[in-house]
Amino acid sequence: MKKNWPLWEIFVRSKNGLEHRHFGSLHAADAEMALENARDVYTRRNEGVSIWVVESKNITASNPADNGEMFEPAQDKVYRHPTFYDLPDEVKHM
Amino acid sequence: MSEKEIKNLEEIFEARIARDEKIEPKDWMPEKYRKTHIRQISQHAHSEVVGMLPEGNWITRAPSLRRKAALLAKVQDEAGHGLYLYSACETLGISRDELYEQLHSGKAKYSSIFNYPTITWADMGAIGWLVDGAAIINQVPLCNTSFGPYARAMVRVCKEESFHQRQGFEIMLTLCRGSEEQKAMAQDALNRWWWPSLMMLGPTDAESIHTEQSMKWKLKRKSNDELRQQFIDQTVPQADLLGLTIPDPDLKFNKETDSYDFGEIDWDEFWQVVKGHGPCNKERMSARVNAWNNGEWVRDAAMAHAEKKEKRKVAKAS
Repeated sequence: MKKNWPLWEIFVRSKNGLEHRHFGSLHAADAEMALENARDVYTRRNEGVSIWVVESKNITASNPADNGEMFEPAQDKVYRHPTFYDLPDEVKHM
Repeated sequence: MSEKEIKNLEEIFEARIARDEKIEPKDWMPEKYRKTHIRQISQHAHSEVVGMLPEGNWITRAPSLRRKAALLAKVQDEAGHGLYLYSACETLGISRDELYEQLHSGKAKYSSIFNYPTITWADMGAIGWLVDGAAIINQVPLCNTSFGPYARAMVRVCKEESFHQRQGFEIMLTLCRGSEEQKAMAQDALNRWWWPSLMMLGPTDAESIHTEQSMKWKLKRKSNDELRQQFIDQTVPQADLLGLTIPDPDLKFNKETDSYDFGEIDWDEFWQVVKGHGPCNKERMSARVNAWNNGEWVRDAAMAHAEKKEKRKVAKAS
């Protein structure tokens, strides 16, 4: 049976000090090939100093249909924000 | 590697930091840099985690739902900050279990301030206002430190922490505008937390053994004494606003230096607490060790369940 090359997600650090960011994906036979191809696809113009490749099937993503229960509860927790607390204007450095 | 090669690498490394370049986990780094960072980042993580205990003490007895929600959110943040920092530390090649082991055996330290008891509700106000105030002064410069994962964790920590100090000051303000007893409670809390908060910024520059190296690696941007002065200068006017008295008879504004002169800090007390003889050292440690030991079966059960699920999935597929 013909086997398709698996899909890989590519993360690139654009410079030291910044986190790796998702740049896109590509197909490759193994991790090494994914790294080489990612280099050619995503860093031809000095876009990065470090690459991570992760096989897509290893990423578990949240389902947008669940967004309500996942993220809405944070909306009414205004007390997690500094502006919730009443301080006189004279208070400095806070 | 020969000694000469190592020396060459070290020079390149130091030059990178001097140019404000960041160091990332897979970059070559001197062993001392790795060890110092493991020590400092883990100490920081342990402080976040142990720091939940004095405040956790008051969650069930918060005076209103508003205060309870805020305190819960704050303690929850601290757990998260511990997690960010442990993860940053693990990129240096040490495991989470090893880090816990160092805390539980007493090999690793955490901030000495958390070894003081929280005996009244006003302590929640004083901790937010003073302890978080001092922590922010310590932490803001670390957003620019040389080790990438630590710097990034600190950016998130500082952003989330901005409400912690304000909720503490609001508690103090409410107590100070309340009854005589409430105001007295606020004053009592300030009396007990003032000096430990000053100690929290670390030994005097003359006694601080790591300062020079830490400055070079941007683990520190200002000396302990400079940070302490900054803390005092911005906190005294806040105490005035509350109508509270700083418990230091020698505290006086100095027009020449444009800042406050202050009295002698009791460093014997500081070293006693650091060495394990503070009022709550034993209690804090036993709470952590018990939480870890009593949670073992839960961790094991979760792992066993995950393995069982995986087996079922494999069986279904075949």
